Amino acid sequence: MTISFLEGSRAIAQTIANIQPDVVSAYPITPQTHIVEDLARFKAEKKADYEYLLAESEAAAASIVLGASAAGARVYTATSSQGLLLMLEVLYNAAGLRLPLVMTVANRAVGAPINIWNDHSDAMAMRDAGWVMLFAENHQEAVDLHVIAYRLAESTNLPVAVNVDGFILTHSHESVIIPDNKTIKKILPDYLPTDGAFLDTKNPTTIGGFFTSEHYWLERKQLDTDLKNALPLISKLYKQWKKILPTPSPVKAKFENGLLEYCGPSHPETLIIAMGSMAGTIKETIKDNKSVGLLKIRSFRPFPDIRQFTTSCKHIAVVEKAMSSGASGPLYAEVGSSLYNYKGVLSDNIVGLGGRDVSLQTIKHIIKSSGKAGIKFW
Amino acid sequence: MLQIRVHGRGGQGVVTTAELIAYAAFKDGYFAQAFPFFGVERSGAPITAFARIDKKTIITREQIYEPNYLIILDSTLINDDVCLKGITPNTKLIINSKDSPETISKLVKRKIKARNILTIPASEIALNYLERNIVNTVVLGAFARLSGTISMNSLKSAITEKLADKGSVQVKKNINAVNAAFKYEEIS
Repeated sequence: MTISFLEGSRAIAQTIANIQPDVVSAYPITPQTHIVEDLARFKAEKKADYEYLLAESEAAAASIVLGASAAGARVYTATSSQGLLLMLEVLYNAAGLRLPLVMTVANRAVGAPINIWNDHSDAMAMRDAGWVMLFAENHQEAVDLHVIAYRLAESTNLPVAVNVDGFILTHSHESVIIPDNKTIKKILPDYLPTDGAFLDTKNPTTIGGFFTSEHYWLERKQLDTDLKNALPLISKLYKQWKKILPTPSPVKAKFENGLLEYCGPSHPETLIIAMGSMAGTIKETIKDNKSVGLLKIRSFRPFPDIRQFTTSCKHIAVVEKAMSSGASGPLYAEVGSSLYNYKGVLSDNIVGLGGRDVSLQTIKHIIKSSGKAGIKFW
Repeated sequence: MLQIRVHGRGGQGVVTTAELIAYAAFKDGYFAQAFPFFGVERSGAPITAFARIDKKTIITREQIYEPNYLIILDSTLINDDVCLKGITPNTKLIINSKDSPETISKLVKRKIKARNILTIPASEIALNYLERNIVNTVVLGAFARLSGTISMNSLKSAITEKLADKGSVQVKKNINAVNAAFKYEEIS
């Protein structure tokens, strides 16, 4: 497998083309645009044989892939920001109907004020929709997570969103290994939807029937149980995939299970918890620091158990690119809930809103102030 | 690690400049990274792009605050605060201008020694070879000459690939422009 030097969007688009979905539908929105433009171009150049449908809106794009998935097709869509909000009703339905959609979210701020740059506000709007939500740190992870996403979705009948930071990953160039179709097939067999679980004229069935209060809660509870049960599978698939496509890791992680990655000293005094591309900047900041570690959350939904990493540290600084107006940030809420009996100092550091740069200096300031609890904006 | 910051306006090929530097460095066996920061979405708006070159994997994604090289494609931006941010005594400035380094050194409100300034009449060379005022490939020839970091072979190969869909005539014109810029710096 050769190392390419590609734009993040191109790396994702080539991976999707090699995964060979049956139906791709999207509506272009910055910063997702390059991904879907590339997929349209591959189709136009006859390098891919999926059906490509340019939708009239994101609500339509999501509905098209939902419908195609209900008919037993492997599907793909991608969006950002306001586009994701417009999809939202359909996203809840996709999870409730247990359809294995895969979607890239090129993470971008949500208006108003209007802003095209990166943060995680869009992703957090679909937090409770019942989707698996994975976050990539770099191009290679973005590629890997898309392959894993399809296998995971098709094994569990859960839709999966792969989050990549808009511009920071979608519009940056770096080296990456794109797996070919033969390599992908080692973990992702051809998609054969389960009999009776898709719309088939030869075998008529109903998807999305009416549930009264007697049964609705049971169906919703099942979705929650299945999401939580997906944790060990995500871990297993990640490990399996990295054996198939090993790529050099620039910073040796002390712990890696696909859901979580820990870098830093064995007993950190301060633990930073973060997601997405800023994990790289944080690793660079703390590389010579003997008292600070980074716990990177790759799977936000389902949310993994983080307790084993927090026993020795005095301070925990959650660093996140989203807020929940009127309360703490969404990641902080998860961490706080997991560590309800934690005795140290827990802080929430909201950074990078609307593309505000997360610099080494920002991280240094956060570390310095980690002895003080509370919600801080940087 | 070598950090390069490129400034210019929408439509001048600022993003492509950073991308080509990084791609050429990748071809020379380095680890490289390039990324843009767009201003408002309209032609003519100031745009910044960044490139990093290193012997080991680059993991940071912060913007570049203290560039080793500052490339300015539009000389009207020279005294823009964003443009001059983080200049160190060692920062080397490459600017599209007919003026001498001494003149630029006097013009710029931040202290940059004339010996750290390289001026190139990129617009003139571009109009001559490309018949359009698109200066990014021209400036790359000057960068290759001054920095010695990226080889001309890799740069030309990167340009050939990047411009492939514009046709072989455009590729050839750009290669000629790059050669002219490289030679111009060699002579001066």
